[in-house]
Amino acid sequence: MALQTQTTPDGYLLILAIMLPVAGILLSLIFGRWVERIALVLLALSFGAAAAVFAAVWQSGRPVIYVVGGWAPPLGIVLRADGLSAAMMMTAAIIICATGAFAKGEFAEPSRQAEARGPLVFWILLLAIWSALNAIAVGNDLFNLYVALELLTFAAVPLVCLKGSAATVRAALRYLLFALLGSILYLLGAVLIYGAYGTLDITLLSGRVGAEAVAAIAAALMTVGLLAKTALFPLHLWLPPAHAGAPAPGSAVLSALVVKGSFFLIVRLWFDAMPGLLTMAAAQLLATLGAAAILFGSVLALRQQRLKLLIAYSTIAQIGYLFFLFPLGVGLAGSDASGAAWTGGWLQLFSHAFAKAAMFMAAGLIAEALGHDRIAEFSGVGRAVPIPIVTFALAGLSLMGVPPSGGFVAKGLLLIAAVRAEQWWWAATILVGGLLAGGYILLVLGKALGSADRPLVLKGSPSRRRELIALTVALAAVVLGLVPLRSSQLLEIGRLSAVGVALR
Amino acid sequence: MTSTGIFALTATSLVGLGLFSVMTNPQPLRKIIAFNVIGNGVFLLFGVVAHRGAAAGLGADPVPQALVITGIVVAFSATALAVALLLRLAKQTPLPTLGTDDGSDGDLA
Repeated sequence: MALQTQTTPDGYLLILAIMLPVAGILLSLIFGRWVERIALVLLALSFGAAAAVFAAVWQSGRPVIYVVGGWAPPLGIVLRADGLSAAMMMTAAIIICATGAFAKGEFAEPSRQAEARGPLVFWILLLAIWSALNAIAVGNDLFNLYVALELLTFAAVPLVCLKGSAATVRAALRYLLFALLGSILYLLGAVLIYGAYGTLDITLLSGRVGAEAVAAIAAALMTVGLLAKTALFPLHLWLPPAHAGAPAPGSAVLSALVVKGSFFLIVRLWFDAMPGLLTMAAAQLLATLGAAAILFGSVLALRQQRLKLLIAYSTIAQIGYLFFLFPLGVGLAGSDASGAAWTGGWLQLFSHAFAKAAMFMAAGLIAEALGHDRIAEFSGVGRAVPIPIVTFALAGLSLMGVPPSGGFVAKGLLLIAAVRAEQWWWAATILVGGLLAGGYILLVLGKALGSADRPLVLKGSPSRRRELIALTVALAAVVLGLVPLRSSQLLEIGRLSAVGVALR
Repeated sequence: MTSTGIFALTATSLVGLGLFSVMTNPQPLRKIIAFNVIGNGVFLLFGVVAHRGAAAGLGADPVPQALVITGIVVAFSATALAVALLLRLAKQTPLPTLGTDDGSDGDLA
């Protein structure tokens, strides 16, 4: 396999995708009074950059590469966008821009005042999260990825406690402590890898790392660290209060994208950097934790009294599905069905991102109308605020895995892969998880669509514009269901380990 | 024992001690300090790796040294953020703890 270490003609787009949001942050710090306008303009420009990267990878069928400063690895750092990065960047772009449009007005600059802290912080954090996500998507150097991961954490944690109440500050602190443990373990793994192999470049590592003890220890440390940030069972304790405590647009981004950033790195690590190390035992262990997350998260979601906490526990469950990628990918390596596991796992990530963002937006609108989000008092909500309830239901299709939805195609592909790999126990878990998800979604819908025993008192009326934005995001999750039920060519572009996996 | 070995053992002990405190101490401030202890162990390990990789007439491999500076900056910002959150929490509640596990404490909405 020829190693590409030349900047491609469209490589500058990667720099734009990372730096445009940063430019927005710097401008906002100077011109704080116009922070919302600056942020909206920069969101649009960054969307253009992300879409251009997506189009470039899609059309050319090869990765977009930028060699920073012209220094080739192992001395320098390479930014590399393969098909997976492009899809990840596009998903992040759509969700962050939708969140920006949704938050417009909620976080507007107050007129007649110099500047307010809430809006300033919200828009800066939103831009920072986007920049960090793009850096994670295109990073090809384990230390560079560590810095991007830290940027993502530092942008996500304050978003949790924007409201400033003691409970949200406590949730943010707990999130930060879990994340710090995660980063330090990741860094420890990175230094061991550098000590053993003399490089941190993923492309170079993929050819050098074999099944040595030092690589196994490093991979274990880094994986545990990243699992803490991804909130995989049993390291999920920080997630429900953090995701439920943030304001609705913040929860949408945290649940849809931020936890996926560290998952993305776990896959990069195992499938790209160290394909020679991924044994069936390690893969089964990850999937076992995933299965536990599905069952545990879903059952706890069923028991929640508050809508936002229910959605947060559902995130824990849906993250579990992502880890079936490992045993199914290894079990099917080299067979014609290996693409089904790969596409199914990633489609689960993308469709969950859209569905969960829409769901948190809908929950925010419902809470705005009612003044609370206690599910027990939802009778008649379906008539009072119909559009958010429809949004919730459409997003719920994806979580349950009911057609037509991206979640159906994703879970269908994972089921096919589980059957082909003769790992029927994962197929059973996927089906049980779908039933449990149906339980907690219908619990909310049944209550909301029932007739009120006494007339509902509405505290506020959400604007039609924001209702329609949430509905559009939910429809995007449904439209993903039109993706054909087979492996995607886009996600295979520029995969490093396709060779390594096929050999084993 | 070589000096590299002594430094490597020190680094390992620091990481071990820090991890132990993170897991056993309930107070947030102690956890934050314990993270810094682990961090110092990891940074020392970078130094060991740099020393071992000395070649081409240089006393040490410069790449880990460059990495460790970035690492220290990141660890410093992380500590600052954590302490700021803790101070904020201390102003609102008399005895800052990390609360119960189910997230049902207080008003999140």
